[in-house]
Amino acid sequence: MAKLVKIPSNSMIPERDIGKSPILECVNLGIQFGGLKAVDDFNLTIGRTEIAGLIGPNGAGKTTVFNLLTKVYQPTHGTILLDGKDTHGMNTIQVNKAGIARTFQNIRLFNDLSVEDNVKTAMENGMTYNMWDGIFRTPKYWKQEKIAHERALELLSIFRMEDMAGMKAGSLPYGAQRRLEIVRALATNPSLLLLDEPAAGMNPSETAELMENIRKIRDTFQIAVLLIEHDMSLVMNICEGLCVLNFGKVIAKGTPQDIQSNPAVIEAYLGKQKER
Amino acid sequence: MKNRLKNKTTRNNFITYGVVILIYIVMQILTASGSISSTMQGLLVPICAYVVMAISLNLTVGILGELSLGHAGFMSVGAFTGVTAAMALSGRVSSGIVCLIVGMVVGAVFAAIVGFLIGIPVLRLKGDYLAIVTLAFGEIIKGIFNNLYVGIDSNGLHMSLLSDKTDLAEGGKLIIGGPMGLTSIPRYSTFTIGIILVIITLIVVFHLVSSRQGRAIMAVRDNRIAAESIGVNITKYKLMAFTVSAALAGASGTLFAMNYSTIVANKFDFNTSILILVFVVLGGLGNMLGSIIAAAALTILPEALRQFADYRMLVYAIVLILVMLATNNDTFKNFLRRLKPGHKKAADEDGKEAV
Repeated sequence: MAKLVKIPSNSMIPERDIGKSPILECVNLGIQFGGLKAVDDFNLTIGRTEIAGLIGPNGAGKTTVFNLLTKVYQPTHGTILLDGKDTHGMNTIQVNKAGIARTFQNIRLFNDLSVEDNVKTAMENGMTYNMWDGIFRTPKYWKQEKIAHERALELLSIFRMEDMAGMKAGSLPYGAQRRLEIVRALATNPSLLLLDEPAAGMNPSETAELMENIRKIRDTFQIAVLLIEHDMSLVMNICEGLCVLNFGKVIAKGTPQDIQSNPAVIEAYLGKQKER
Repeated sequence: MKNRLKNKTTRNNFITYGVVILIYIVMQILTASGSISSTMQGLLVPICAYVVMAISLNLTVGILGELSLGHAGFMSVGAFTGVTAAMALSGRVSSGIVCLIVGMVVGAVFAAIVGFLIGIPVLRLKGDYLAIVTLAFGEIIKGIFNNLYVGIDSNGLHMSLLSDKTDLAEGGKLIIGGPMGLTSIPRYSTFTIGIILVIITLIVVFHLVSSRQGRAIMAVRDNRIAAESIGVNITKYKLMAFTVSAALAGASGTLFAMNYSTIVANKFDFNTSILILVFVVLGGLGNMLGSIIAAAALTILPEALRQFADYRMLVYAIVLILVMLATNNDTFKNFLRRLKPGHKKAADEDGKEAV
């Protein structure tokens, strides 16, 4: 298990990422819907190749944090620094081009497209041929389509899904749909991957395989992963840093070991212990 | 398994091209042997125009997934601008075919420009609201052409609105005469050109669908939020599909208009838009071959059943109801599936995947 170390800004990142600037820094991030502060004063720093976890009881604001990071909502307070650059004023598409890719809690695939086309659609940023190249099938079209085809199969092979490439995404079994969403997110070449409950609905052996794959993705692509998950065995196993949210506020941060014994976290999940 | 769907799409596309070419050959033979009536021969070009309309609307409704009720408006733009261009040219170029082709290109370009301009505000809406706005747009176009006067003389084109103030010089002629519409159109359209336009339309649509732009358009249809999250610019691709669809409709409008000696703006009204939508829905959303067959069948049937003209709308309604009942009936669907060879296996696989 990697050791977390303090950096000057008083946040912690894994020891091996210490020489490099953090990929994501949230400073006093917050959003207010009318009188409700859904997320308030949220600070988080993620190292270059860290696998970080965001946990908390239902309704704590975890998915809202994802929506803020990907600019589905514009934050009302604070700043998000992606690779040192302020993402203020960017929209979802620009944030994606800048390097954040995500999956969704309720699966959002392009159901009527084939598995391969789902992945290829995400390669938008890397393809440059225009509509006329497509209609007249110029050499540029064939060349880029060939590269896209090979890259799609290569990405699908991470989850051993190459043989499903021709199937419709909507007809895949549930677990495969979840995996396809991750592959699609990876196809946009992100430097930070946000996974919203990747193990939801998976059985223990599928979860174990997913853990292996998340590590493998981090190692091969050298990217950071931030995941929301309720499956504590997964979170405690693969996350290096954890951040616990409750009612929109961070109540604890640290390594999985720290979090497990943190009284505030236990209280948030199980309720206050009665005074005896 | 790996390339099955890919091959299937390509195969379906080639079947569609094949059917169109086959129909062309059969019709040519029948015409040469004199075994089809003159009424049917007169229908050949309109059928081609309607087929192009159906395919282009299918791009908006089936591929982009937005309901448009003003498609006849683009046909109208194409007809009026294209015919004007062709007639302006016909004094200088003797070849009718060249005039027609130039006319179709001009019609397509103008319809594309109008489609693009209309698309900017309209495509911010979705669903029913978009349908209503496109409907209104179709009516606006009709209103404009009902009040437009365009004439040509030795000094070039003259244009006026509301009343005829074109002041044509000696030897000039009025091309668009307001509510009189286009008059004394040279009838350059032929079945061969019509079929060529159908094939070009099919190539454009099929190639667009299997390019990165097509994938992005379908991604927007299937899930906008996910499309945005992977960097797909929704507005851009919606506009692209809408504009291409309008351009094809424009070319079809020119072809259609140049089959008649006069044509009025009221020809391209709301009923025409709905008729084209019926072709698309009956043929199946996203199914180009279906659109072709539906457009052809629904253009021929009213003519073929002319002796039952009094009962036409009655029968039409009954047939539509029966089709809806039949297509939603599981027993009937299974029966149809069993008729298709090779479909049994696919059905079994679907069953397995569901488990």
